[in-house]
Amino acid sequence: MKYVIAGAMVAAGLLAHGAVRAADAQTGGDGLGKYIVGDKRSGYVFAEPDTRAMQDDDFQNPGMVWVEAGKQLWSTPDGAAGKSCQTCHGDAATSMKGVATHYPKFNPRVGKVIDLEQRIDMCRAKALQAKPYPWESHELLAMTTFIKNQSRGMPMNVAVDGPAAPFFEKGKESFYRRRGQLDLSCASCHETLEGRHLRADVLSQGQTNGFPTYRLGWQTLGSLQKRIKGCDKQMRADPHAFGSDEYVNLELYLAWRGNGLPVETPAVRK
Amino acid sequence: MSSPHRGQRVAVVALAFALAAPIAAAHADPLVHYDVVDKAIPQSLTGVPGDPANGRKLVIDRARGNCLACHEMPIPEQDFQGTIGPDLKGVADRLTEGQLRLRVVDAKAITPDSVMPAFYRTDGLYRVADKLAGKPIFSAQEVEDVVAYLETLK
Repeated sequence: MKYVIAGAMVAAGLLAHGAVRAADAQTGGDGLGKYIVGDKRSGYVFAEPDTRAMQDDDFQNPGMVWVEAGKQLWSTPDGAAGKSCQTCHGDAATSMKGVATHYPKFNPRVGKVIDLEQRIDMCRAKALQAKPYPWESHELLAMTTFIKNQSRGMPMNVAVDGPAAPFFEKGKESFYRRRGQLDLSCASCHETLEGRHLRADVLSQGQTNGFPTYRLGWQTLGSLQKRIKGCDKQMRADPHAFGSDEYVNLELYLAWRGNGLPVETPAVRK
Repeated sequence: MSSPHRGQRVAVVALAFALAAPIAAAHADPLVHYDVVDKAIPQSLTGVPGDPANGRKLVIDRARGNCLACHEMPIPEQDFQGTIGPDLKGVADRLTEGQLRLRVVDAKAITPDSVMPAFYRTDGLYRVADKLAGKPIFSAQEVEDVVAYLETLK
């Protein structure tokens, strides 16, 4: 009898444990809940616990170096107009809060969708009368990371209707277009194979809510376009240029796939 | 590549193409013609028996076949094998040599939606890196080597 009771208790315990685990996955009791929205899963979910811990602690997160650098640049005058970003926009914690959740975004001045990097350089050219920051320069990464960091925790929310619609369609076409000697599209790996092992890597959904991201493999922080170029090279394809319409439109499609996921910038990944 | 055996092979391929440059012949266009019969390529692409030892090297090499990226294979010294495609242990019990050959040459000829690259095809590709344009992943003889290796997985 004693064994039966003990057995029943073990069984009940196992059931309860299973129930708690299931509940964790639903509510974030395991700390992952906010990174899962419907069937969308941030790369955070696929990351190793050590990598997640590094991201979570601002004193350990190496990407915070770029946030700090961007904060300095924000209030430093640059260019012929003698202005800084702060001259027009004031305190970034207020004025930039939520802004990055809407990028890439249609810009009526140029009649196409532009990403946050391009918006920053547009401001520099027009308002500051300063030279644009080159792609993947420390300054552009710092400013992009600083601005997106002001939206950390807020859900991504890009618009793909109205004037953005044709650019979204082009981005979608690009997502599904097989390319390179390996003849693979973004969708080939990131749409249905999540969680599978590609050698030592785990395939994620390719969500972009954490960019610019500090990648341990790069040992530095990089833009989403740098990551896409890396994917193209792995497909043995000819990558597009930084800032090309092809990449910006693809960025819009990728951001839309992750609408609702929280901004994590600067995320830390393998 | 410098073994007499390999040299002989290259010479055969070069003759088959009637080309003067034997090194280029390994990756030259046009590709060797082959016939697909009942979702298989029954005939060897070169007529020269494949070298399973070289095939085993090619399936491991990340810059060449990199088959382990997606498939598990009975190669115990290689950690972190992929789980995207089927485990290839015992594949020679399940598929004939000709069926294996078509899967290596162009798996999409069997399953159009497959993510598996065609290892011996150059047409219908988009934005291939300049230095690889017009070149298949494997030469015809390398296809035979890989097929010979897969044939050992019984």
